[in-house]
Amino acid sequence: MKAPSARPDVKPVRLFAALGLAAAAAFALSLAVGPAGLGIAAQGEARALIFTEIRLPRALLGALVGGALGLSGAALQGYLRNPLAEPSLVGVSGGAALGAVMAIHLGLSQVLALALPIGGLAGAAVAMLVVVALAGAHGGPVTLILAGLAVSSIATALISLALNLAQNPFASVEMVFWMMGALADRSLTQVWLAAPLIVAGIALLLTVGRALDALTLGEDAARSLGINIQRTRLAVVAGTALSVGAATAVTGIIGFVGLIVPHVLRPFAHHRPGLLLPASLLGGAVMLLIADVGLRLLQPWMELRIGVLTALIGAPFFVWLVLRTRSELAP
Amino acid sequence: MRIEALGLHLSLRSRAVLCGLDFVAHAGEMTAVIGPNGAGKTTLLRVLAGLLTPAGGTVSLDGRRIADWQPQELARALAYLPQERIVHWALSARAVVALGRLPYQPLGAGVSAADREAISAALAAMDVAHLADRPVLEMSGGERARVLVARALAQEPAALLADEPAAGLDPAHQLTLFRHFTKLASVGRTVVVALHDLSLAARFCHRIVLMQAGRAVAAGTPEDVLRVEHLAAVYGIKGRYATLDGVPVVLATDLLP
Repeated sequence: MKAPSARPDVKPVRLFAALGLAAAAAFALSLAVGPAGLGIAAQGEARALIFTEIRLPRALLGALVGGALGLSGAALQGYLRNPLAEPSLVGVSGGAALGAVMAIHLGLSQVLALALPIGGLAGAAVAMLVVVALAGAHGGPVTLILAGLAVSSIATALISLALNLAQNPFASVEMVFWMMGALADRSLTQVWLAAPLIVAGIALLLTVGRALDALTLGEDAARSLGINIQRTRLAVVAGTALSVGAATAVTGIIGFVGLIVPHVLRPFAHHRPGLLLPASLLGGAVMLLIADVGLRLLQPWMELRIGVLTALIGAPFFVWLVLRTRSELAP
Repeated sequence: MRIEALGLHLSLRSRAVLCGLDFVAHAGEMTAVIGPNGAGKTTLLRVLAGLLTPAGGTVSLDGRRIADWQPQELARALAYLPQERIVHWALSARAVVALGRLPYQPLGAGVSAADREAISAALAAMDVAHLADRPVLEMSGGERARVLVARALAQEPAALLADEPAAGLDPAHQLTLFRHFTKLASVGRTVVVALHDLSLAARFCHRIVLMQAGRAVAAGTPEDVLRVEHLAAVYGIKGRYATLDGVPVVLATDLLP
């Protein structure tokens, strides 16, 4: 019998093939497109330099960070069984932002170029430890959300304090710009600093698919199917902290990717949280890479930051989500 | 599988829920757990399923302490159907029932032929095969309940613990469900159901355990347990146990003053 509601009937193999191709194409596009359109408008050594110093780090970061954001969003939505969850909920992005802002505030970033991402990583690590300690080993989804909110609030308060006490306007401008998020002007060194952590986080998150599928039936039923809920929770929190913490430490805050990507892909993954994980990993990479290419094409007219662009796309999407939820809940 | 619990003590949020309860369920039998709201039926089932650890007492399955079972091994041997009919995402009925096969699937492995067979059989047994491709969230409460029972059946467990499986089902599907559970018992499975429908308990269950305030007040055959004085003492009702066309019926005729 055919389902009464419109549900795309896509075989998982085809879904992953399509998303994989799209990700590969977006990555190639990101390598190929610059502010002057397709190709690199330089010759010889300059050309190679532009490729390895500008294009390659940017494309790698776009793929890694987008994938991390999409995947962790899907994992959190699955674990919390809440479609409105997103990576910043667990407080690590706030922690990473605070760490980077402190590196600027204390003047470390002027001494050492890598002080910014290292500060971000340290902030993310501290935030994760505090969230885990606050939420406890046996708490439920609600305590995790509350702990994440608490840590985010503290981070926001301390960031405001740092902005308030900034010694000069340049420092505060640097902080504000850093927080808007960017893939541009990052070196390969920064990529190598973050990549192992992002990949480790991604690997951890990809292990929880079965558990998230089982959690569809609630915690008791999932446990009776042999799922270890504590381990799942730890893997989701640690995986998000590693991947999103490291991503934010290098690029600043990029919002909405983790919210939108799982949402758009969920019907294509037959609403199965386990299937949605790898789909959102690929989908997140596609979204961020494409957004970043769009940004470069806009560059001759306006200098936009990627965090601003994803927010500009994401916020209306959020409104649409609210309207749709409202109509679904209407009698 | 023989399920045995001895001297169970358990408090939830400093309220004593189980107070020295003994319980046994035999293979090849359907055992009903009955009792008024708050008697501790759900807590008992959760303890028997290994989801709650009692503060005192022991639970053993086939003579082995439940703590000594590996989670995966336990999930293949024992299925637990919670009272709440939770489905969080818009999965199809078939996908929900397929979750019952997780304990059989090695990490990364897909659905095997045996899995497919168990899923189809479970869908058919609960009369939801025609709804297999529909999202569970779009179904009526009773349809969803049947899909969730089918999930537990797909687990093909030696023991099935079902909390209020018949609540919200129409009379025809209540019969379908209990006939299937009887069939499971007849092939040597252990079936334990928490119930409020005393007539269903009287008709289909081999043994009944009557609970009140965390204790077993009576245990035995339906005739022994569903006596007027037990119904009066535990439920505060004037009850009648009778047979109608050869079918046992329990009627609450009035509240006791």
